[in-house]
Amino acid sequence: MAKKQKSIREIFTNGLFKQNPTFVQFLGMCPTLAVTKSVESALGMGAGVIFVLVMSNLAVSLVRNYVPREVRIPIYIVIIASLVTILEMLMRAFAPDIALLLGTFLSLIAVNCIILGRAEAFASKNGPIKSMADGLGMAIGFTGGITLIATFREILGAGTFLGMQIIPETYQISILIQSAGAFLVFGILVSQINKIRMNRADRNEVA
Amino acid sequence: MELIAIAFGAIFVNNVVLQQFYGLCPFLGVSTKKSSALSMGMAVTFVITLSSIISYIIYTFILKPNDITYLSTIVFILVIASFVQLVEMFIKRFSSSLYSALGVYLPLITTNCAVLGVAIDTTVNSAKIFGGNENPTLMMVTIYALGISLGYALVIFLFSAIREEMSAYPIKRNWQGIPIALITAFIMAMIFIGFGGIV
Repeated sequence: MAKKQKSIREIFTNGLFKQNPTFVQFLGMCPTLAVTKSVESALGMGAGVIFVLVMSNLAVSLVRNYVPREVRIPIYIVIIASLVTILEMLMRAFAPDIALLLGTFLSLIAVNCIILGRAEAFASKNGPIKSMADGLGMAIGFTGGITLIATFREILGAGTFLGMQIIPETYQISILIQSAGAFLVFGILVSQINKIRMNRADRNEVA
Repeated sequence: MELIAIAFGAIFVNNVVLQQFYGLCPFLGVSTKKSSALSMGMAVTFVITLSSIISYIIYTFILKPNDITYLSTIVFILVIASFVQLVEMFIKRFSSSLYSALGVYLPLITTNCAVLGVAIDTTVNSAKIFGGNENPTLMMVTIYALGISLGYALVIFLFSAIREEMSAYPIKRNWQGIPIALITAFIMAMIFIGFGGIV
């Protein structure tokens, strides 16, 4: 693997598109479906994940040489859970509306597989700057992914975008903002993104 | 009567996967074969029920009297992680076939949000699930956790049966795998909405 030679920029954009956690790796599916009812909650969740993922990648990367391999996972989990606790307190203090909107899923960032996955796959092997770039890329990729889903669900399901009325009530597809609709929107989006990726891969093979 | 309503609500109405979106990674990952879905369901049932009971006891008798409930996320996650380790050792010792079937997904129960989600919902956010009751009894929590995990096992088993059947049919390339599974889950979730009026 030529991972060592990768520039910071490449590491950062890797998470945005090539290894997008939402649409390519299918990590962190629970919040992907649960908080995409509105763009506001998706952005709130995204902000939380950006904070926790960047900080946890930094922390894990700093301690990576001192942690024995056998107990690394419990240690990563404690680091992540502590960061999530900090985030919970910050959000309740400064953005109580969003904290209420996210509910249990705010605490559940602690078990989001993206965060533990990046700690294990990247931050435990790379320096702090690279790890932060990776965390930021992945977290923004995740935020972009869930915001895209939330945009479709909110506009088509509730007729609003960030609370602004766009589509009149008669033309709303209300199933999309119910729980079931999340599966539908996500499934369709994944299939279309797969189609684009497969076409591109085919073209590369021919050329 | 109240307990029956809690159990029914937890299994069907507020189904953990289809309504609350807890535990989706194993739901989509392990559900390609009926046998592994069943063993995953059993492992999850065991872990969710017992870890909720432990979390409830810790929350009620340690965290709440000392006013340190903000630590619950960290404490619960440690309880769950050590508990999963225990289950893993147990299964490894007594059933190697089950152990190889569950493979990587057993340690992943730690990061299965259903486990932590139920632990938090029954303690910190109990008002949400028990109709405003902030001090549920241990019995209520146990029944709720059992119901949630049975709902999980039920749905993951049904889903794996559908997917097993579906694997025999041709599916367009870009719909294979996750997308078609999500559409299947959408149809199942619509069916489960039908339970909504009962409780």
